[in-house]
Amino acid sequence: MPAVSKGDGMRGLAVFISDIRNCKSKEAEIKRINKELANIRSKFKGDKALDGYSKKKYVCKLLFIFLLGHDIDFGHMEAVNLLSSNKYTEKQIGYLFISVLVNSNSELIRLINNAIKNDLSSRNPTFMCLALHCIANVGSREMAEAFAGEIPRILVAGDTMDSVKQSAALCLLRLYKTCPDLVLMGEWTSRVVHLLNDQHMGVVTAAISLITCLSQKNPDEFKTCVSLAVSRLSRIVSSASTDLQDYTYYFVPAPWLSCKLLRLLQCYPPPEDGAVKGRLVECLETILNKAQEPPKSKKVQHSNAKNAILFEAIALIIHYDSEPNLLVRACNQLGQFLQHRETNLRYLALESMCTLASSEFSHEAVKTHIETVINALKTERDVSVRQRAADLLYAMCDRSNAKQIVAEMLSYLETADYSIREEMVLKVAILAEKYAVDYSWYVDTILNLIRIAGDYVSEEVWYRVIQIVINRDDVQGYAAKTVFEALQAPACHENMVKVGGYILGEFGNLIAGDPRSSPLVQFNLLHSKFHLCSVPTRALLLSAYIKFINLFPETKSTIQEVLRCDSQIRNSDVELQQRAVEYLKLSSIASTDVLATVLEEMPPFPERESSILAKLKKKKGPGAVSVELEDGKREGGELNGGGERGDTPAMSASNASTPSPSADLLGLRPAPAVGSAPPSVGSLLVDVFSEGPAAASAGVNDDGFLSSAPPPAASEEPAPPLPEAEDLLNKFVCKNNGVLFENQLLQIGIKSEYRQNLGRMYLFYGNKTSVQFVSFSTAVSCPGELPTQLNLQTKTVEPLIEGGAQVQQVVNIECLTDFIDAPLLNIKFRYGGALQNITLKLPVTINKFFQPTEMVSQEFFQRWKQLSQPQQEAQKIFKSGHGIDTEVVKAKLLGLGTALLENVDPNPENFVCAGVIQTKGQQVGCLLRLEPNAQAQPGEQMYRLTLRSSKDTVSKRICDLLSEQF
Amino acid sequence: MIKAILIFNNHGKPRLSKFYEHYSEDTEQQIIRETFHLVSKRDENVCNFLEGGILIGGSDNKLIYRHYATLYFVFCVDSSESELGILDLIQVFVETLDKCFENVCELDLIFHVDKVHNILGEMVMGGMVLETNMNEIITQVDSQNKMEKSEAGIAGAPARAVSAVKNMNLPEMPKNINIGDISIKVPNMPSFK
Repeated sequence: MPAVSKGDGMRGLAVFISDIRNCKSKEAEIKRINKELANIRSKFKGDKALDGYSKKKYVCKLLFIFLLGHDIDFGHMEAVNLLSSNKYTEKQIGYLFISVLVNSNSELIRLINNAIKNDLSSRNPTFMCLALHCIANVGSREMAEAFAGEIPRILVAGDTMDSVKQSAALCLLRLYKTCPDLVLMGEWTSRVVHLLNDQHMGVVTAAISLITCLSQKNPDEFKTCVSLAVSRLSRIVSSASTDLQDYTYYFVPAPWLSCKLLRLLQCYPPPEDGAVKGRLVECLETILNKAQEPPKSKKVQHSNAKNAILFEAIALIIHYDSEPNLLVRACNQLGQFLQHRETNLRYLALESMCTLASSEFSHEAVKTHIETVINALKTERDVSVRQRAADLLYAMCDRSNAKQIVAEMLSYLETADYSIREEMVLKVAILAEKYAVDYSWYVDTILNLIRIAGDYVSEEVWYRVIQIVINRDDVQGYAAKTVFEALQAPACHENMVKVGGYILGEFGNLIAGDPRSSPLVQFNLLHSKFHLCSVPTRALLLSAYIKFINLFPETKSTIQEVLRCDSQIRNSDVELQQRAVEYLKLSSIASTDVLATVLEEMPPFPERESSILAKLKKKKGPGAVSVELEDGKREGGELNGGGERGDTPAMSASNASTPSPSADLLGLRPAPAVGSAPPSVGSLLVDVFSEGPAAASAGVNDDGFLSSAPPPAASEEPAPPLPEAEDLLNKFVCKNNGVLFENQLLQIGIKSEYRQNLGRMYLFYGNKTSVQFVSFSTAVSCPGELPTQLNLQTKTVEPLIEGGAQVQQVVNIECLTDFIDAPLLNIKFRYGGALQNITLKLPVTINKFFQPTEMVSQEFFQRWKQLSQPQQEAQKIFKSGHGIDTEVVKAKLLGLGTALLENVDPNPENFVCAGVIQTKGQQVGCLLRLEPNAQAQPGEQMYRLTLRSSKDTVSKRICDLLSEQF
Repeated sequence: MIKAILIFNNHGKPRLSKFYEHYSEDTEQQIIRETFHLVSKRDENVCNFLEGGILIGGSDNKLIYRHYATLYFVFCVDSSESELGILDLIQVFVETLDKCFENVCELDLIFHVDKVHNILGEMVMGGMVLETNMNEIITQVDSQNKMEKSEAGIAGAPARAVSAVKNMNLPEMPKNINIGDISIKVPNMPSFK
């Protein structure tokens, strides 16, 4: 007999569903649904009390409408009435509604909680289960507060029915996941662990999920579960297929529970107790042996269940990584699966083998399967499987097989799915670098990469090849020759032009002896690509040309001719135009010596972690992206980035007045960097001709058009500032760079620079997850009077941040007059659908606009006396937070922006400082005196801080800010 | 843990959706669409696992699915679950539905959403597996039905509607779900892979 008889149901519901299904169009469907919603609404609001049956019918209709994707914003109250009913049918549908349409209205939750409380104490197992299900489904904090104490009691009570125990275990797990602080296991720990011994397999099945989760969080308290799990596993593994009756699934005893037991054991290292370990090894061997036995059934379910256990056993063996014998057997088993006719098994075998490849015991054994894996990469029909094969090839690669693997991956790239190409490119680039014995092979490989999959070669990859070529003189000649040849192809990828331009600009001289690649031939070759390239590439080529003038004086007139033509010198792109003008001028004015110094060969790059590796890690992994890592990447990646390049003035010249340490000089980074840091004329070129204002105005334009940025994507109101926003702000009073904010998803780093009354702040938003942030938007706002005091301009950021990626935003700051409040920074984005809405205070404080002022003692006290009106002084006496350390105090005072004046105060213990705050309207002189009583007992140490300035609000504000710093 | 269980038909119409993590209603609908898009474009005979869509958590999550006649059963799980284990779980779920509805078909899921939720509730709770033993699950469902019957009395009478509806002229008359091994009434259906 079927468990659900088909006859019973609700006529109205069935008719409604049929109506919907007969709708010919989406519009008709929506119309019908709206009619029904109006009907239900009026019934619910009507005067007549509805009977349970009608309520149930309408709630069912609402559920159906919800499933079709329509919002349901009413009916919750009726559902609560239903679940409070004594009738099972009504109660069940009420609970179902609440579980499907969870609502966090606390009034509602209170009512639901009451009903749940009644059901939990009803001793009716069905009602108890319904209530537990509801708690597990809603899982809100309020519910946890109400029931976290009660449920463990139900779970371990001797008289609880098995089915209720099962539900209680998983309900408790859910509450533990939402509110670990409310679920206190202390006294229950041992009884919960002993559920592993329960006679009812269903109870063990439910309990093991709970125990696994608790063990992950508190391994020590739960470690007794290891021996219990081993003995339970051993009993299952050694049982005959009939012993466990209903828990035998297609002749495999309790496969689900076996898997879960093996997973639980993966939370722990191998058992220390010899007997337990022996028993476990025996189990694992039995499982491996069974895989070789003939199947007891031809059904796919039988082999599925058997192999599910086998894969978990192998995962445990790999996790222990201590039994060479088992590891090799595991590897052989996986090797068999690699050629299995079941696609699922091939997929899983490739995946497991990836982890196996990193074990020293089995690495060699894994390598023996290389041909099979390569074959899988070439012939598998399923892209998921091919992806796993590529992963495994990457994992099994070492010096002995690198050439083969790289060659195979390269040839696969030509036909690879678009979705995995970029990752493949990164992997090839990393392997080529890591296992390069001779660097000519490396150069060939990367150039091949660009040739085959140029669109997928990210900047990191070609930056890296240039870094390596520059650092290794033995490969420079070869590289120059190879790129020269590669550029001769009629159509070559723009990335190839970039690499070619850079390398020939540096090392073209190494092949210039050959008449086939004479300087002029080289130049003409490069220039033949020029017009097909994008602006950043053209900018790079212009730099290559000026380098040519230095390398090959004979090309000077030709190149000058090119620079002088209208399409360069009057180019509508400000960057190109500027380069053309500057380079032309430089080449005609500077002497050969100056030119040689300015355009000297690039010095070697400092050794860093491969930027590509960092990129792959980000792409793949959960690893947090810190600002430091990003910086490393950028500096490492951008061949030409960074102020550390002081010894190549030409290259840093155009960058000299660009404040960002990460802005690149060739302007190769796409829009953000170029736009935000328009290269203005640097110190060197200022001598040649002064064009500072032009560049500055370019900057203003750049920022200007951005103020008409589109409104932020998310429509929700900005959240109020976080409670800790003020503390975060205080951290930045005495420093300009650092991490402003970090949570599990997002990290915000800051770099800022101030000059006079102007400042520029770089915000780095790092996505720490592996998932995209969508609808990402930021808004900087000035509360209260601030808009009249501070002028902030910023660009919008891209609305999408890929997992592991970082985006940068520039805020230009102008101080109009002194101010107290801090601007607010609101960040909104969606992560997995949930809107994140964070508001922080932007650490722009008045002291940032300090200009230090040096003065001698006499002058200081003279001014001090001039500022003697009571309102000009602000004073605070406060306790030292971390003891008094002179060096720390000095650093903080310097960080404040003032000049620290030595030998001014008669008492050498005291600190005095002087500075002028620069605002657009006025300058505010400021004197500061900090008196510690260092002799006092630690804990009693105090400071007295006195500020005097020509403006009372400034004294007060700086006094407040600084007093939080010690 | 299991993040979500989705059932939709060959045209992407959702027939059951159960999320064990909170998403907005809008996102849930998007996830269903995204998942359908990912799963439906795959050939038959390829493997039953693929990386999850972006909305549900990307490559940290796997979609494990089975395609039976007109319906896709998709479980979205994190890395703590055994892929083959979940595949078996889907099979247990479908076999259970088949027993409870006696040759389950798409219409049963449409007209008895509440029942399907109940059956699922006996197997999975809060994203974790509660019970894998089919007989145990059916026993629970049976006892619930008995309670329902005993309460129904006269109110339960207007029930013939469903059987009437089933024979109405519907745009697509679904076939029985073919679950491969157990009592199949439709002849010559290829067994699922």
